[in-house]
Amino acid sequence: MKSRVFKKGKKVENLSAERNVFYEELSRKIKILILVVSFFPMTLTAGILFYRFNLTYTDKIQAHISELVQRHTQNIDTFLSEKLGNIGYLANQLEHSPQSPKEFLKKNMELLEIEYNDAFTDLGLVNENGLQVAYEGPFKLENADYKEAEWFLHALEKPFYISDVFAGLRGHPHFIIAVKVNLHGIVYILRATINFMRFNSMVENIHIGKTGIAYILNGKGQLQTKADIKINPAIIASHMDEKNTGKNGTIITEQQDAAGNTYLYVISTLKNIDWSVVFRQDKRDAFSDLWKTQFLTVIVFIGGCIAIIFVAFTLPRYIVTLISSAETKSEAMNRQVVESGKLASIGELAAGIAHEINNPVAIMVEEAGWMEDLLEDEALRESENLGEFKRALKQINTQGKRCKEITHKLLSFARKTDSTINDVEVNEAVREMVSLTTNMARYNNVTMETKLEEGLPFIRISPAELQQVMLNLINNAIDAMEKTGGVIKIETKKSKIEKNHIAISIEDNGPGIPKDNLERIFDPFFTTKAVGKGTGLGLSICYGLVRKMGGKIDVASQVGIGTKFRIWIPFQDDLNQTQDKEFHPTII
Amino acid sequence: MKKIKLLLVDDEKGFLDTITKRLEKRDMDVSAVYSGKEALMEIETNKALEVILLDVKMPEMDGIRTLVEIKRKAPLMEVIMLTGHATVETAIDGMKLGAFDYLMKPCDIDVLVGKVKGAALKKREHEEKITEARIKEITERRV
Repeated sequence: MKSRVFKKGKKVENLSAERNVFYEELSRKIKILILVVSFFPMTLTAGILFYRFNLTYTDKIQAHISELVQRHTQNIDTFLSEKLGNIGYLANQLEHSPQSPKEFLKKNMELLEIEYNDAFTDLGLVNENGLQVAYEGPFKLENADYKEAEWFLHALEKPFYISDVFAGLRGHPHFIIAVKVNLHGIVYILRATINFMRFNSMVENIHIGKTGIAYILNGKGQLQTKADIKINPAIIASHMDEKNTGKNGTIITEQQDAAGNTYLYVISTLKNIDWSVVFRQDKRDAFSDLWKTQFLTVIVFIGGCIAIIFVAFTLPRYIVTLISSAETKSEAMNRQVVESGKLASIGELAAGIAHEINNPVAIMVEEAGWMEDLLEDEALRESENLGEFKRALKQINTQGKRCKEITHKLLSFARKTDSTINDVEVNEAVREMVSLTTNMARYNNVTMETKLEEGLPFIRISPAELQQVMLNLINNAIDAMEKTGGVIKIETKKSKIEKNHIAISIEDNGPGIPKDNLERIFDPFFTTKAVGKGTGLGLSICYGLVRKMGGKIDVASQVGIGTKFRIWIPFQDDLNQTQDKEFHPTII
Repeated sequence: MKKIKLLLVDDEKGFLDTITKRLEKRDMDVSAVYSGKEALMEIETNKALEVILLDVKMPEMDGIRTLVEIKRKAPLMEVIMLTGHATVETAIDGMKLGAFDYLMKPCDIDVLVGKVKGAALKKREHEEKITEARIKEITERRV
C-alpha cells in the first residue's frame, strides 16, 4: 500500500516537473518571439529612419551653408567687378582727358571717395618702366619704383589685373586693381589700391553658427584675408581641385585638425580672380540640431528597447501564470465533470433498482396488511400467538415503509430536472415545496413557517429548477437540525436591495456554519455531512441554477444562532438584462 | 350505503390480488384487470363502475393514455392514479387530465379506502346533480 502511495506521489511529482519544464519552455519561446518580433522591425525601422534622416538633414545643412557661402562669394565678386569697372572707366577717361594725370587722379579720387566712401585707398599712374608718374593718396608714393613688383609685371601682360594681397612699399597688407592705359602712344598702368580693411570685413561678416568663419585663399593657397584661427591653407588648397562640387559650384569637404576636431569646409571660387572663399565651421556646431535629434532618437530607441525587454520578461510569466491557472481550473472542472458523471450513472442505476424494488415491497406490505385483516377473523383471534403474529406483521409493515423511504430517496437523487422556462408564481412554488417537505421536517422535529408577500410578479424560470434550489436548501436546514429540532422560516417579498428582483429567504435556527466552512460551501464536492450522506453538490447546484436564472444567492450564518440563505431572482424584462451580470455568492 | 364498485388496473398481479382481497374485505365491490386495454373493455361492459384505481406505469398502454380513453368513454368516472415515486409528475399530469387524486405505492390501506370513498361520493353527487337537473328539465317540459 505504502509502495502504491509512493508511486502515485512520484507520478504526481514527475507530472508537475514535466509541466514546469513545459511552462519554462513556453515562457522562453514567448520571450524569444516577443524579442524577435519587436526588436527586428523596430531596429530595422529605426535604422532606416535614422540613416535617411541623417542623410537628408546632412544634405540640407550642407546645401544651406553652401548657398550662404555662394551668396557671399557673389557679393565679393560683385564688389571686385564693380571696382575693376570703376578703374577701367577711369582709364578710358584718362586717355581722352585734357587734364594732367596728376589733376585727373586727384579729381577722380575725390569722386571715388564721395561715391564709395573709403573703398579706394589711392590711385596711381605707372609708366612702362615701373615708375609711378602720378599719385593721389595718403602715402608718399610719387615716383615710386615698381619695375620689380610682381603685380607690375603681371599688369603689363594683361589688359587688367587684380593682384594678391601683399605688403608692398607701404608695409601694410593691400591689393591693387590695375588697368592698362595708352596715353599718346605710350603704355601706362592705372592702378588703384583697395581698402583692405573694408574688403576684409566683407569676408569676416560671413558668420554662420557659433564657429563659422570665412577667409580667402589665392590659387597658391595663400591667405588673402585676416584669419584669427590657425589654419593649414595647404590642406584646403588640396581640395580646391576636387571634382566634389556642390549644387552652387561649391566644394564641400571635411578636415580634422591636430586636436581631433572635425571641420566642415565649403569652398567657392571667385570669377574675376584666382581666389576662393573658404568657409569653415566646426562639424559639431554645424550639425548640432541633427545631433540633438539623433540623441533624442537614440534615447527613445533605448527606452523602447528597455520597454520591450521588460515586456519580454514579464509578459510570458504573466501568460504562463494565466495558462497554468486556467489549466488547473480546467482540470478541477474535468474532475468535477467525471465525478458528476459517476454520480449521474450511480443515480440512474439507483433509480432503476429502486423502482424494481418498490413493487415487490408494495406487494409485501399489502400481503402483510392482508394477513392483519385475516387476523381479525374469529378463528384466528383466539390463537395463542396472536400478539406475536400482530407484532411480526407490524414489523413487516414498518420495515416495508422503511424500504419505501429508502427507495423514494434513491429515486429523488436520480430525478432529472426539467429546465423548461415558464412563468412561475414564486409563492405557489414555495407552498408546493413546503408541502413536499413538511412530513420529513416533522419527522425531524422541525416546524416550517412561511411569510409570503402577496401579489408578487411572475418570474420566467424553470419551475423545476427553482423547486430543486428550494428543496436543497430546505433539506440542508432539516439535516442541520435533525438532532436538535428547530424552525425553518421561509419568506418571499419584493426586494428592496435589488431592483426588479424577488427575494426568497430560507432561515433556520440550527447550529450555524463555522466561518472557515462558510467561504467554501458553494464549492462543488464540499460537504460537512458524514461520508455517504452528502454529495457536496447541493449548494453548488443551487448556486449554478440561481446564476442560470440571472439571480444571486448569499448566505449569512452564526454558529449557535442559525443560517439564512437569501436568493434574488429578477422578474420580467429585467431578467434578460441581468443574466449576463457576473454574480458571486456573498458570504456574510 | 351501497357497495362502491371499484376497478383495479395494475400489471403487478401479486399486488392486485392482495389489494383486491383487502378492499373486498372493506365492503367494496372490486374487479381487477391487468392492463389499460382490459380496463377500457371493462368499463364498456360494467356500467355500474364508480371508481378506477389506475397504475401509471404499465406495459403497452400506460396509465395516462388509459386515463384519457376512460375519460373519453366515461367522463363521470372517477380515477385515482397509483404510482411509484419516479412517476409523481406523471400522476400530477393525470390529475390535470381529470383524475380525482393520486397515491404512491406502497400505500396505506386506510388512506386508499378514504380516497376511494371520496371519489365514489363525488361521482354519486355528480350523478345526482345531473339526475336532478334532468328531472327538473323533464318536469319543466311537461309543465
